[in-house]
Amino acid sequence: MKIVVCVKQVPDSAAKVVVAEDGKVSWGDAPLVINPWDEYAVEAALRQKEALGGSVTAITIGGEGSKDALKHALAMGADDAILISDPALVNMDTQATAQVLAAAVQKIGGVEATFFGRQAIDADSGLVPAQTARLLGWPALTLSAVIKVDGGGSAPLTVRVERGVEEGRQIVTAKLPAVFSLVKDFGEPRYPSFMGIRKASRAEIPAWSLAELGIPAPASVIAWPEIMNPPSREVTCEIISGGSPAEIAEALADKILAEKVL
Amino acid sequence: MNTFVYIDHFKGTALPASWEAIGVGKTLGTVKALVFGQGVEALAKTAFEYGADEVLLADDAALADYRAEAFAATLGKLAADGAPDLLLFPTTTRGRELAAMAAIDLKTGVMVDVTALETADGKITVTRPIYAGKLLTKETCSSKPPIITLRGRAFPKPAQQAGKSGTLTKIAAATGDFPTKVEGYTTGEGGVSLADAGVIVSGGRGVSNNPALTPPAGLDEKQVEIWKAQQGFALVKELASVLGAAVGASRAAVDAGYVPYPNQVGQTGKVVSPDVYIACGISGAIQHLAGMRTSKVIVAINKDAEAPIFKLARYGVVGDLFQIVPALTAAFKKKLGK
Repeated sequence: MKIVVCVKQVPDSAAKVVVAEDGKVSWGDAPLVINPWDEYAVEAALRQKEALGGSVTAITIGGEGSKDALKHALAMGADDAILISDPALVNMDTQATAQVLAAAVQKIGGVEATFFGRQAIDADSGLVPAQTARLLGWPALTLSAVIKVDGGGSAPLTVRVERGVEEGRQIVTAKLPAVFSLVKDFGEPRYPSFMGIRKASRAEIPAWSLAELGIPAPASVIAWPEIMNPPSREVTCEIISGGSPAEIAEALADKILAEKVL
Repeated sequence: MNTFVYIDHFKGTALPASWEAIGVGKTLGTVKALVFGQGVEALAKTAFEYGADEVLLADDAALADYRAEAFAATLGKLAADGAPDLLLFPTTTRGRELAAMAAIDLKTGVMVDVTALETADGKITVTRPIYAGKLLTKETCSSKPPIITLRGRAFPKPAQQAGKSGTLTKIAAATGDFPTKVEGYTTGEGGVSLADAGVIVSGGRGVSNNPALTPPAGLDEKQVEIWKAQQGFALVKELASVLGAAVGASRAAVDAGYVPYPNQVGQTGKVVSPDVYIACGISGAIQHLAGMRTSKVIVAINKDAEAPIFKLARYGVVGDLFQIVPALTAAFKKKLGK
């Protein structure tokens, strides 16, 4: 199966992210890492390849620094990687991002599955997988926790997924090609092996411009006029102490009930 | 303003954020509620009671189960014909996905998981959390119609007016050969969903450390840890049960295998905003705090007085959760008459 996995470079989830005095978003000296959700997508892609054969290509949009996310995917076991890089690709909203990714998937050609993490932990939108699917005209199998592909050879490839929804899991079947987004209960992503890291460090990663994708710069319609630090919580913690656990619990229950929110 | 509000439901039971979206739509003008499904006319009636002026009802066997492509096709046609000024969705799994697809179909943009909204000269500016709430951003949409998904519990639910009615318009479901088939469902653990919960009781790694317990013989070290954690989480669940609360967990507790992933609160779990959040044995890693910091009243029970969770908490108990939590359950049982 020929698989593309879309990844993004983001500040580490442990980063203290703030709007600095210059008005810019800052994550201090925290590292940039592959979006944690995307590691599940890479893992899912690699497991499909291991079961069915084929290849896994990691792609991302960004500058030279974004190659690190691709190298992480390569180190985990992806076969190759492509950086999509163009000075016009800045401040993109989700539908513009989806247009670029859909064009890349089409240019790669013959792709049977495109994998995403459920969302990127910076913008937290979670829209791009479904939007890319819509642009490609493929089924969107978002929030997949279990993926089972059947068929191959002369039979068409079909897939059965379990999708996480509020009420539990929805079991859906579809024909490939399809777009998938992955949730964490798919299973833990593997650590890059030593050999994988060596291979990734030597990999030549091609960069595709918009001209090479054959599309004009997509117009973004969403703007971000202001990014703010959240209002600080003016709380002073009242420590309930003294007496037996029962007495402390009694006092705490009274305090909570007095808030009149239960 | 003429607003379409998508009513998200599962087998005829609406997710409450749908009603909150009707409330927001009403503050801006008239609301047409979109109800898609099979045998869902009762839901249309409820939409009127929450304030919808008109309900556009697509009641069709093809819409018996939510399928993104079938629902998006019906929605896309409706929005193209009805020319709404604004489309509102609840931020639910289905609402988010449909909003995403509708934006492609209608060549417009989505502002997702919005927690505040203002209008000036007919132009909408929203506020939404990013980086799991570590920051907030204002957003605008330059194309029409803007699409917005509203975070649950961020806006008030309108009062339900029994018997209130409005114009019911039946519409046809889009026909076509949609590429997916729903085979069925497996249900989750049940209980109260985290996103809708007014009260959440969460447990962390600390729940597995009860030194007073003697595990059954024959378990290895990891099994002992899980066994102890199950005993600890039973205390968390009992307190949640008395309060009608949802059960949450820290990533540490999920990764250690104490509780399933859907219960995880935090940056790579669910972002929640209940009225009361009771954190038991959770120290408060930055990723966890990002996921619950907007809770109205935070209560922390932890043996470590220096735990970062106390910086966000309104009330704290520095002590042994294995003694405090059952005592708190007993106290609430008594005070709430349960």
